[in-house]
Amino acid sequence: MVGFILRRLALVIPTFIGITLLAFSLIHLIPGDPVQVMAGERRLDPAFHAEVLHRLGLDRPLWEQYGSYLWKSMHLDLGESFVTHEAVWSEFLKLFPATVELSICALFMATVVGLLAGVLAAIKRGSVLDHGVMGLSLTGFSMPIFWWGLLLIMFCSVNMREWAPAWALPVSGRMALEFDIAPRTGFMLIDAWLSGEEGAFRSALSHLVLPAIVLGTVPLAVIARMTRSSMLEVLREDYVRTAKAKGLSPARVVFVHALRNALVPVITVIGLLVGTLLGGAVLTETIFSWPGIGKWLIDAISRRDYPVVQGGILITATLVIVVNLLVDLMYAVVNPRIRHAK
Amino acid sequence: MSALALRRWLVASTISCTLCVAQAAGMLTVCTESSPEGFDIAQYELSVTTDAAGIPLYDQLLRFEPGTTRVVPGLVERWDISADGLVYTLHLRKGVKFHTTPWFKPTRDFNADDVMFSINRMNDKSHPAYSAAKNGYVYWEGMSMRALIKSLDKLDDMTVRFTLTRPEAPFLADLAIQTIGSVFSAEYGTQLRKVGQLDKMNTEPVGTGPFVFKSYQKDAVIRYAANTAYWDGAPKVDTMIFAITLDPNVRLQRLKAGECLAGIGIKSESAHVFDQDANMTMVRSTPLQTNYLAPNAKRKYMSDKRFRQALWLALDKKTVIASVYGGIASPATSFLPPSMWGYDGSLPERHDVEQAKALVKASGYDGSELVLFARVGGASDAKRAAELMQADWASIGVKVRVQMMEIGELYKRAGKGEHDIVLLAWVSDNGDPDNFLTPNLSCAAVEGGGNKSQWCNKAFDEIIDAARKTADLKKRSELYAKAQRLVYDEVAVIPLISPTQMTALNKRVKGFVTSPFGNSDFRNVSVSP
Repeated sequence: MVGFILRRLALVIPTFIGITLLAFSLIHLIPGDPVQVMAGERRLDPAFHAEVLHRLGLDRPLWEQYGSYLWKSMHLDLGESFVTHEAVWSEFLKLFPATVELSICALFMATVVGLLAGVLAAIKRGSVLDHGVMGLSLTGFSMPIFWWGLLLIMFCSVNMREWAPAWALPVSGRMALEFDIAPRTGFMLIDAWLSGEEGAFRSALSHLVLPAIVLGTVPLAVIARMTRSSMLEVLREDYVRTAKAKGLSPARVVFVHALRNALVPVITVIGLLVGTLLGGAVLTETIFSWPGIGKWLIDAISRRDYPVVQGGILITATLVIVVNLLVDLMYAVVNPRIRHAK
Repeated sequence: MSALALRRWLVASTISCTLCVAQAAGMLTVCTESSPEGFDIAQYELSVTTDAAGIPLYDQLLRFEPGTTRVVPGLVERWDISADGLVYTLHLRKGVKFHTTPWFKPTRDFNADDVMFSINRMNDKSHPAYSAAKNGYVYWEGMSMRALIKSLDKLDDMTVRFTLTRPEAPFLADLAIQTIGSVFSAEYGTQLRKVGQLDKMNTEPVGTGPFVFKSYQKDAVIRYAANTAYWDGAPKVDTMIFAITLDPNVRLQRLKAGECLAGIGIKSESAHVFDQDANMTMVRSTPLQTNYLAPNAKRKYMSDKRFRQALWLALDKKTVIASVYGGIASPATSFLPPSMWGYDGSLPERHDVEQAKALVKASGYDGSELVLFARVGGASDAKRAAELMQADWASIGVKVRVQMMEIGELYKRAGKGEHDIVLLAWVSDNGDPDNFLTPNLSCAAVEGGGNKSQWCNKAFDEIIDAARKTADLKKRSELYAKAQRLVYDEVAVIPLISPTQMTALNKRVKGFVTSPFGNSDFRNVSVSP
């Protein structure tokens, strides 16, 4: 097991360097001058322009800029935003809880519904239910997030307000605007709960529903399909037949004997989805005005805010690496054949 | 949870959610399109920063009368100008109080020290507070204020004197610009400098404006409370909240759902949605903006006036307006926008495809490909506009390739003259015609890259110089009419359209006046219950 962990950890170092190189190259390869973006349409005196470039360290050769970025990154110094002048870490930490909160809710919804749908489809194989679940999951997987989000907003928020106002959900944001909740943890549900303000927690929860559904749709489809195929495989195993022959109840056979074993590949997929959710919530955050890191990175790219783009990508990618590493380790714990494989 | 309990909980939640949509009395909620860059308005120039940070927080030395470009007293009560137009003596308003906040308690009212602090920190690189802006004061530099101001002196506690290096008629209007004329507390600056935290001017702002900063949750919400001690009368709403909503379609839905009472940056295509809504009003205004094409007069063919004229004649602006601006914009013939004083409305539109073909032939154009630069993003679909124009020019035999690029890259490359034609927009900073003509068409601006047409005409320079040196409005108007005619005859630029700005308001919002500068000013707004 130790050897396995060391082998996996050794892979993290080149991956980390690769990410820094990629993040740095991508933003520097995109044409654009951060100083000119700040000035807008106005002409800038070339001397002043050069002075600002120097102050930002952008007049140095690219390899030198990269070296400095890599060195500082290794010391957990990601610099400060060109625009707001706030430390990248500080900005990240303010916004990351929003992304985590949304991702957890989306994944929770996707896992619960996806597992249930997958199991039902597997045990009712070939039925209308099976075809329905698989058809819906394919639709969910293929649906453009932007379109899906706007559709839900129109239906559940705007039209619902006319049809059944009591059931209408908020359009966007994390909390109704009249609640002024001081951020303590950055997790709105917790902060709203701690504030003790009447209605704040419910407001925060209702604001989470639509974004979580939209963000969770693709993972839900993946989990449902994966659970179904894995369950079908397991249900054909001898030990399941034996369990049935022993006279165990169908529920016990499915949920205790079959599902437990079918979960191994599903756990791996869920682990990979965590990374996708953390880094891929950009569209959902944009649609629902969710102040997370996706929206932050998009703004930074358009403003050519190099430290934010580089730092944001680096932190997010590192988190994905860590999650994948944990999944690998967990998988090795569940399935000993993995850790013994060379 | 039992089914009954679940049902009870759901009903309670949804009722609570419905209640949360109802706006509290005296609370104005504005859906804005992006986060402000910061709260120290002297450092920034984006209109979203001016709307959500500059206008609520700060007063300027002078101000524009709401809805007009007329300069009226602000923190300066009255002023004297010397006969040679070089010395401006400003008499300051008494009894103006800075905001009291948890991070700053003012011990005195606004005075000349605050004006000295506010101007000198931008103009003097050795000023102790210059470093509050880590990138320098980009707008101050872009407006070449350093070259204009020779000195600033404090005559007494309530009087200051500006001495200029040259007569500059628009100078008073410059002092009404948010980024230039806003006043900051010298006392607060000193307090922050003592603890080495000048950067807090950007995150914990203090001004004299109608609203006091309460909180900002990054990329989400900005909250202001009414400044009850405001010298010009307390605002009519208790609280003003900016809800940052990036996507225009979602902004629209939030307005329809009543989550916001006002919406900024509504796309012209969405206007009809609000026109049909009994609870909403769509305010259409014409900001001092011209969208135009700058042909590079230093390029082959483009240097020939006949060829430039042919490009203009070929354009079907009505189709561009219908396809790109939802039919809500007007075709432009002058570089100055129609709502600006000095505008020459007598210049006729040019559209004659046959004449365009003849002029192309006469210019000796050999069919080589020209490059049109256009920006990615922005308020309107520049790509679609560029492609429509590309088709118009193809119809007269002129081959044009559209090259889309990010705005900073576009300004940089067009400033160096790498384009044949570039699609641009210019919004007035101070409501003065000079602000359109000098930065974009003067010979001096060719060298600095501001003049993207690369067109230099000595006679034009003489006209705008003369207009800048006199304060006589009638004489200036006559000179600007001459200048516009010259630009038109020479086809120095091809004006395309004067856009329309959209602001959506719930009918409960009263007293909103549109700004000719394209800003959204909610200072005098009230909200009925």
